[in-house]
Amino acid sequence: MAKQSALKTFLGGVHPPQEKERTANEPVREAQLPETVVIPMSQHIGAPCSPIVKVGDYVYTGQKVGEAQGFMSVPVHASISGTVKAVEEREHPNGNRVMSVVIESDGEDILDPSIKPNGDYHGRDPKEIIKMIQDGGIVGIGGATFPTHVKLSIPPDKHVDTIILNGAECEPYITCDDHLMRRDPDIIVKGLEIIMYATGVKQGYIGIEDNKPEAIAKMQEAAAKSDGIDVAVLKTKYPQGAEKQLIKAVTGREVPSGALPADAGAVVSNVGTAAQIYHTVVEGMPFFQKMLTCTGSCVKDPATYVVRLGDSFQSIIDQSGGFTKEPRKLISGGPMMGIAQFTTAVPIIKSTSGILCFDKELAELPEPTPCIKCGRCAHVCPMHLQPLYIQAYSLRDRFDKADEYHALDCIECGSCSYICPAKRPLVTSIRTAKRIIAAEKRKAKK
Amino acid sequence: MSEPKLIVSSSPHVRDKETTASIMQKVVIALIPAFAVACYVYGWSALMITAVCVASTCLTEFLIDKATGKPNSVKDWSAVVTGILLAFNLPVSAPWWLCFVGGAFAIGIVKMCFGGLGSNFMNPALSGRAFLLACWPTRMTGSAYIPADAVTTATPLGIIKEGLDASMLPSTLDMFLGTSGVYGAIGEISALALLIGGLYLIFTKVISWRIPVTYIGTVFVLSMCFGQDPFYQIFAGGLMLGAFFMATDYVSSPNTVLGQFIFAFGCGLLTVIIRQFGGYPEGVSYSILLMNVAAPLIQKYTAPRVYGYEKKKKKESEAA
Repeated sequence: MAKQSALKTFLGGVHPPQEKERTANEPVREAQLPETVVIPMSQHIGAPCSPIVKVGDYVYTGQKVGEAQGFMSVPVHASISGTVKAVEEREHPNGNRVMSVVIESDGEDILDPSIKPNGDYHGRDPKEIIKMIQDGGIVGIGGATFPTHVKLSIPPDKHVDTIILNGAECEPYITCDDHLMRRDPDIIVKGLEIIMYATGVKQGYIGIEDNKPEAIAKMQEAAAKSDGIDVAVLKTKYPQGAEKQLIKAVTGREVPSGALPADAGAVVSNVGTAAQIYHTVVEGMPFFQKMLTCTGSCVKDPATYVVRLGDSFQSIIDQSGGFTKEPRKLISGGPMMGIAQFTTAVPIIKSTSGILCFDKELAELPEPTPCIKCGRCAHVCPMHLQPLYIQAYSLRDRFDKADEYHALDCIECGSCSYICPAKRPLVTSIRTAKRIIAAEKRKAKK
Repeated sequence: MSEPKLIVSSSPHVRDKETTASIMQKVVIALIPAFAVACYVYGWSALMITAVCVASTCLTEFLIDKATGKPNSVKDWSAVVTGILLAFNLPVSAPWWLCFVGGAFAIGIVKMCFGGLGSNFMNPALSGRAFLLACWPTRMTGSAYIPADAVTTATPLGIIKEGLDASMLPSTLDMFLGTSGVYGAIGEISALALLIGGLYLIFTKVISWRIPVTYIGTVFVLSMCFGQDPFYQIFAGGLMLGAFFMATDYVSSPNTVLGQFIFAFGCGLLTVIIRQFGGYPEGVSYSILLMNVAAPLIQKYTAPRVYGYEKKKKKESEAA
């Protein structure tokens, strides 16, 4: 069905080299049980957790070690069994030092005895299911780490009629969602069914870029068994997996500026998040392991792994055969939106989709030269902004003008910086403008 | 293991291969067919004029960079493009000093005085030509474009403008090919060669089709309205050169979709008006320069609709 209709997409976007071949066909590996894990108390947008264990405590795999603080917060769980060695501030992949629970493994990996399958969820109150999702520590693992239960608690004044699972995986290099869709299509579909049950929505889509034919076939096969679930085949184009662009591609609707996807009648979740929802709601398993891709120009034996949260980047790099060349850039996530790290000692957190290592050649970016006003940044901007002017005003401290050019609508996908022939860090300037405009607006409100 | 030295920078961590220099190099490549025709028709003079213009633009840019303590910007190839385009707008009889002054003015005044690459509000090559035309009118008009040994005494558009013997006009096919008996500025004579270069730029996505197609289309339709042979009008003079290589200059043209249509239509309209009613036989240069000045305004009012915003019209109608 999908093949005959034109591929769904949005206006704008770029085509960075895919670079997925090295890991797309490499079997998924189960990462070794880590000897130590570092569990940061902040792995989501919202209030950080407070640790509920102390040094010397024994913890089971899946045991809660950090308690959620309020509605906009989710708990964190131990990913291995063993002894708490420290509760202290540690390096976090977002660049800060964050309060973390450090657990030393006993090598047994004993699951918390209180974890039991919940069985069939049908007949349960949707509110109860949403609470289970919060208690399971589930956040959007596509990158924004927005607590999933908040997303699924749709306010009564909003009418949501579509749930979209994001399997676009438009970031180059990364193949973990592809692997997940090929390996566990039925679990993803069941996860989507739970989301639809919990929200009362009748139509679900799984959006996948057409560069993943096997994932599309597997997901279509799995989706055929359910009512109201379809696979939307999307054009391979970055940022196809960005929430607003995905909604536009699948439903043809736009999320109004400054509003939530629910205002466009849609809720978007990652395929990995949906799979975790199944594991939590049906099997009772909290969120303590995930898939990620370890690859890059200087990794010897790249692959996609199932890893425990809190394992270090270094540990996965070691299991990938280490470096072939001296690494000069280490990225948490993909090359377009990932965060550069200054150490391999950072832990894997809920949103880590990739560990990307670049050698000198790729790590060093060219020097910016003057803007020639070619307009490429504006043509590729998926939000239809004009990055060249926002940057020009931002660099001159004219944030009022940057605001007029809708800087706040930027989704920071980086397409403008990618395409710029003058190699100008456009999105970096827009980010700066956004922070300052937002701060000034907050000030004005007070 | 000792910690490797890692570069920390803001995303994205990859960049497209296209650079300012690679774009400019493609423009130079696209100008090669027209250059070949110029050399075939005008011989060594065409080569000399181009060489002097390029040397002048590059030298001026290099010296100003040095004097102002800026990094050497000649390596971005934009001065080379300006030099070639200026040369292509000059008559075969142009002496070397005229070429040199034109290049120095184009870069020194129009480009560098306004802030260098990306900051000039007009096309430097065309401004250079306009400057020379204003300073040395006899060297830049009429028979200046005709080689000494040629039979004819005027350019095709000159013949039409002066109402001279129409039998002296080359055929439309000759105008298209530009290789026999068609005279004009050295780079503008072969519509075919310029078309090949222009298509190369469109296919390599250096330029969009919007400006050249709209510009040429406007001239075609309006010429027809004024009772001229539309094919003759689009092959004649500097239209092909202007439409593909000058009006498409990034810096001095709008980059919005709608803005490019408006800009190119304006160029076409002014070209036909100047050709039809103006004092000069040819209007491409001035029409582009005039539209260059209007470009920022066009750009401002043709900004694309941002994702997540209603169309303005709709809002207004709702308000009303």
